[in-house]
Amino acid sequence: MQRRDAIKTGFSLVGLLAASSFVYKEYANAKPVLKLRPPAALDEDEFLTRCIRCGLCVEACPFDTLKLAEFKDSGVGIGTPFFTPRDIPCFMCEDIPCVVECPTEALDPKLVTKDGALDINMAKMGVAVVDEKNCVAYFGIQCDACYRACPLIDKALLIDYKRNERTGKHAFLLPIVNSDYCTGCGKCEIACITDKAAITVLPRDMVIGKVGNNYVKGWVEGDDAKLKDADTKMHLDSKKGMKYLNGDEL
Amino acid sequence: MKFTIARRVVQLAILGLFIAGNIYGVNILKGNLSSSELFGVIGLSDPYALLQLFLAGFSVGSASVIGALIVVIFYAFIAPRAFCSWVCPINILTDLGAYIRTKLKIGKNIINISSNSRYYLFALSLIFSFTFGIAAFESVSYIGAFTRGVVYLSGSAISIAIIIICIEAFLGKRLICGHLCPLGAFWALISRYSLIRIYHNSKNCTHCNKCKAVCPEIQVLDIIGKESKNIRSECISCGRCVEACNDDALNFSILKFRREE
Ligand code: SF4
Ligand code: SF4
Ligand code: SF4
Ligand code: SF4
Ligand code: SF4
Repeated sequence: MQRRDAIKTGFSLVGLLAASSFVYKEYANAKPVLKLRPPAALDEDEFLTRCIRCGLCVEACPFDTLKLAEFKDSGVGIGTPFFTPRDIPCFMCEDIPCVVECPTEALDPKLVTKDGALDINMAKMGVAVVDEKNCVAYFGIQCDACYRACPLIDKALLIDYKRNERTGKHAFLLPIVNSDYCTGCGKCEIACITDKAAITVLPRDMVIGKVGNNYVKGWVEGDDAKLKDADTKMHLDSKKGMKYLNGDEL
Repeated sequence: MKFTIARRVVQLAILGLFIAGNIYGVNILKGNLSSSELFGVIGLSDPYALLQLFLAGFSVGSASVIGALIVVIFYAFIAPRAFCSWVCPINILTDLGAYIRTKLKIGKNIINISSNSRYYLFALSLIFSFTFGIAAFESVSYIGAFTRGVVYLSGSAISIAIIIICIEAFLGKRLICGHLCPLGAFWALISRYSLIRIYHNSKNCTHCNKCKAVCPEIQVLDIIGKESKNIRSECISCGRCVEACNDDALNFSILKFRREE
């Protein structure tokens, strides 16, 4: 009797060990993944309250771009769609099937509709950022792989010509991203010729800055309108100045 | 056995249709159990998931609302928790775990909790959804994770399956479906007035207790041999008791309000 109990306890322990090793495996494999959402996704917080994790967008995408996050994709809500451009970028379908299929409007067609028609170029999935240290164009070598790949060529991705002072007779052809137009599709990222892409799509909220109202662009008509109700009182924090003066740096 | 075979056929067919739809583009069922598309036109949504999303953001897409209503009405009228025993793929795993448990004659639970815990978890999931603005149970749902793993053919389904089978076999008897699952609790509440019920005829009952030996929700069989009536909505309509009973004391009955002849 005692022996049989011991065997049963043994079974349970082995079984639990097996279960916990699989839990461990799922968590240990977790790799941080960038939250790049399908086109027309709402702001992250709102997106999470809307997406029912059905995968209809994933299924609708003809290029297998989208994936539903699993335990191992840490940083992305489990079951919600995202994509990894270096693996498969968004090919910017004109009929945007992923958005059309979404039953909850977590992918909101309004965000990609202009004059009553779908316009994929309004998508804002992320923004491309160039690593100038590892982009070979900055070495002075001619490469325009990303530039040619961009569906919004000369709008989202431009080439800036600069004189190469080192050789004295060549030009740098430098890729520059205009975040106003970049959709974050990642076609540039997958086209990049370096081992690890020197142009990477990042979530927009990680990259795009925000200027306060205190700067007026004199050359933009009407920009001074923001001064109308401006608070003109001086806000000086004298303590901050004291701290700076008395700090060790000086 | 006939109900069990029928259930397995239905459960596997649904997964099969999802795989066919998602991977091979067969236009019958697409998506997964959270929300899907039937024949490419009728959208269906998990009403519990939608309820959480609603509490999280107070705005949900209209297509999904209609889809959820269709599903609620369907399940509210047919058998109690029919989703649990006829659709939910976790049920296959937990039954397998329970089978291993009986084969190995493991009697002791390592974890002992009340079967009411699922109602607390259900309430908690709604409160969490409201306060944290995110569908709380959906964010950790093993049902969703496993179904997605299966219907999009991803390897993580295997780990999740092993974890669930081990929990059922070694941690506690019918722990997941019978005690913890808030979705099961939701369906039990929805099924309050469902039409198809297991009816117990106590005149035929010989008190052999075979039904109690096989029932995954034994508390619903507390009337066995005492009263002739329909069984509570926590029953998952699996039909195991009907198969087990040799004395014709238990059977599915179509009308809930059937009177004793
Ligand atoms: S726009 Fe096309 S390629 Fe891009 S995610 Fe949607 S379906 Fe896929
Ligand atoms: S179709 Fe919409 S609700 Fe479904 S997973 Fe994609 S974004 Fe989420
Ligand atoms: S992600 Fe790259 S390819 Fe796509 S629009 Fe932006 S710059 Fe162009
Ligand atoms: S109790 Fe939950 S996990 Fe079990 S069968 Fe029902 S819905 Fe599925
Ligand atoms: S009462 Fe019968 S049908 Fe209901 S759960 Fe128990 S065995 Fe299954």
